[in-house]
Amino acid sequence: MIKKLLVFATFCSLLLTSLHSFGQESSTKVDMAEVMRSNGKIYVVVAVIAIIFIGLVIFLITIDRKVSRLEKQMDETK
Amino acid sequence: MQNFFKIQLAFGLEWWKFLAIALVLYALIGGLLIDVPALPILHETIRNLYYHVTQWFGMMIILFVSVWHSIRYLSNFKMHHDFVAAEAANIGIYMGILGIVTGSVWAKFTWGAWWVSDAKLNGAAITLLIYFAYLILRNSMDEEQKRARVAAVYNIFAFVMLIIFLMVLPRLTDSLHPGNGGNPGFGGYDLDNTMKLIFYPAVIGWTLLGVWLMQVCLRIRTLNHKLLIKQFK
Repeated sequence: MIKKLLVFATFCSLLLTSLHSFGQESSTKVDMAEVMRSNGKIYVVVAVIAIIFIGLVIFLITIDRKVSRLEKQMDETK
Repeated sequence: MQNFFKIQLAFGLEWWKFLAIALVLYALIGGLLIDVPALPILHETIRNLYYHVTQWFGMMIILFVSVWHSIRYLSNFKMHHDFVAAEAANIGIYMGILGIVTGSVWAKFTWGAWWVSDAKLNGAAITLLIYFAYLILRNSMDEEQKRARVAAVYNIFAFVMLIIFLMVLPRLTDSLHPGNGGNPGFGGYDLDNTMKLIFYPAVIGWTLLGVWLMQVCLRIRTLNHKLLIKQFK
């Protein structure tokens, strides 16, 4: 169990570290959200989105577990 | 192979469910923070590639699962395949609706209109209508075996129409939508390697999330079915 979790954690951290492995030079004059990025506030939005997504996922997990419990009950009453 | 997808990682949940969470989180966080190519008209909306386009990719994969199980049903007449086909179609259509609504928002702020009469857009709308008809057809029949058989045959027709309306016809005419009008690829922007690094994991993540929702719906449907059988015993 712990071993599995460790493997999963390693996988996640590998995914996240891959984010840092590439940068990009901006050589064009097209308007992008540079101000938004430079003052750092975009991270707040990303955090809010991530929290909402995690909240929905936790809800989905509880539903999943409830269905598992019902399946167990159904099999036991046969 | 089937057991491989049933290996539980934690909380009694299969490993691919955690993969789904990780990949979608990666798409949400990475997709918003990583630098994207600076292009006129598109600006930051190019990031919609990770959210709008992935819904359509997920929809196609899940609707393929649906039609695959419809074919399986027609070859061995096991109710399980009909259930999978129905729930996969449900989730696929749901992702399609999300895709068309997000596409409409994207179009408003890049092309200047919520909807344009375009081969790709109209094709997407027709595809969704064909699949709505699939749901209505299912609900119009009470007898289980008959419903399963008619729905399976219609589902094959619907999937062929999806391929024609989303993949073939838009490529034969000019279209505002990228990847059409004789161009089989994504057009210019998918060639950017940093975007691919988010885009492909995002496709897998959103698809797996759809499969997860589908699996929960399927289990509830199976439970209902078992309960019904028990009541008549």
